[in-house]
Amino acid sequence: MSEKKSLLQLKGITKIFSRGTVDEVKALDNINLDVNAEDYITIIGSNGAGKTTMLSAIAGVFPPERGGKIIVNGVDITGLSEYKRATYVGRVYQDPNIGTAAKMTIEENLAMAVLRGQTRGLGAASNKQRRELFHSALAPLGLGLEDRLNAFVGTLSSGQRQAVALVMATISKPALLLLDEHIANLDPRTAQVVLQLTEMIVKKEKITTLMVTHNMELALRYGNRLIMMHEGKIVVDLNQEQRAGLTINDLVAAFEQASGRRFIEDKILLRR
Amino acid sequence: MLSIIGAVLSFSFYEGLVFGLVAVGVYLTLRVLAFPDLTVDGSYTLGGATTAVLIVHGVHPFLATLAAIGVGLCAGLITGVLNAKLRLPALLAGILMMVGLYSINLRIMSGANISLLRQVGIFDIVAKFLGLSGGSVVVSIIIALVLAVIVFLILNWFLRTEIGMALRASGDNEQMVRSLGVDTDKNIMLGCSISNGLVALAGAIVAQGQGFADVGMGIGMIVMGLASVIIGEALFRPMGVARMLLAATGGAFVYRLMLTIALRLGMAPGDIKLITAVLVILALAIPFIQKKLRHEWMPPAVRW
Repeated sequence: MSEKKSLLQLKGITKIFSRGTVDEVKALDNINLDVNAEDYITIIGSNGAGKTTMLSAIAGVFPPERGGKIIVNGVDITGLSEYKRATYVGRVYQDPNIGTAAKMTIEENLAMAVLRGQTRGLGAASNKQRRELFHSALAPLGLGLEDRLNAFVGTLSSGQRQAVALVMATISKPALLLLDEHIANLDPRTAQVVLQLTEMIVKKEKITTLMVTHNMELALRYGNRLIMMHEGKIVVDLNQEQRAGLTINDLVAAFEQASGRRFIEDKILLRR
Repeated sequence: MLSIIGAVLSFSFYEGLVFGLVAVGVYLTLRVLAFPDLTVDGSYTLGGATTAVLIVHGVHPFLATLAAIGVGLCAGLITGVLNAKLRLPALLAGILMMVGLYSINLRIMSGANISLLRQVGIFDIVAKFLGLSGGSVVVSIIIALVLAVIVFLILNWFLRTEIGMALRASGDNEQMVRSLGVDTDKNIMLGCSISNGLVALAGAIVAQGQGFADVGMGIGMIVMGLASVIIGEALFRPMGVARMLLAATGGAFVYRLMLTIALRLGMAPGDIKLITAVLVILALAIPFIQKKLRHEWMPPAVRW
């Protein structure tokens, strides 16, 4: 690939929480990021580094401080509220309960997701054609969910729910997929399954993806670019060539050099 | 004896169907939107008062009933706006509307009540059409049944449409719905509106059935709706749209049946509201106490 198309641009994004109080926190500090189409970026960093805040800023949960700009496909979406940005952004949360509606069936959940960003009308939310679409979207997961369209999502295991959430985030092919530690709450085996599903869907649909993770090994193994955040800043940014052959120890060294402090993050160290 | 049982059952059936409209309205806000809407007490009376005044002024009873639905929709819409756009807590928004509507209802009726005794209402029209006497319980049941079926069919269809499904999901998981591109504020306003439209319709029917509208007729209506929804859920354990709607109406029927029997056994009518309140308290508190006895984890009390 020669000329890569820019898909997402963050320009001078700053976010200050609890401004003017003793709890004032600069969660994002002048973030500039240029994401190319079909990039699959893994994002690591210690707790409070601003990873989730950055995803939330992109998704439009809150507006950035004055002067910041968020551009998707050349369109400035900085002023759009969260529900209007849904057209561009699919998101999977750490908690599977957030990404799915428990009291509704798998079919009903997908029926809502397939209309992401579209005007909803008085037509039936689901029909034969859509059910076939849901079936073909769920079948590759290999979890048998395609035959359980009428099951209430609340009756599924958290791994199954997260798989449904992943399909919901991608079924309408948004420009951007945000994965916010989406396997962190799952047991190791289920996490592995959901991670493989993620890899499969991202590759198949060619969705530009930002994946936040606590796990350095995963961050090195998946995607084509790695970003490390610290205190609201991007401190390390490695492309595919720079990242190739790196070990976790190299990453720790890169972090210590960039941030100027010892790397102490037990949650990450434990997973080495 | 048999005739008494028949009378009790048929009367409860009529009341269950009419108050089933209130129960379905309460179910829509409380369970579908997870929005405890107390506007109900005011919008029920609003429906009755509006219909009564219009009928007294010579408006056709059908139009007067439609007008009641219209003002109910508006009242609910305002409650929704207070919560979604002005960010008032749901309970407070409902209480404020309930209090405000009390004055409005007095203004509409230019007094505390209006008699419809010498007026022609939909009960008389339907009775004449069917060749039955106006006071017949059969007429009441037919009217209530037709309305209940229409409302059921419309809601059962609507809650499965693209808009309706997003509405249901708003109460289940608001964050998810927003992240899928739905304006949840609009859903709150729409849901509250439909709910209070139904409640006002019930008020309009009851006013015509009993021959008067009274400013106090809606007092306790929200608790009655709650009781119906809770009884319906306990008895029918519904999942899915159609069963939920039927459970709300079924709950209203069982509730009215219990009340009618209690009254027949000599209970003072004034005690009904206290008993209903105790019933709702028990229904909500017993699962909590059971959990406590099992030493299960419990969330802190909800203050709003």
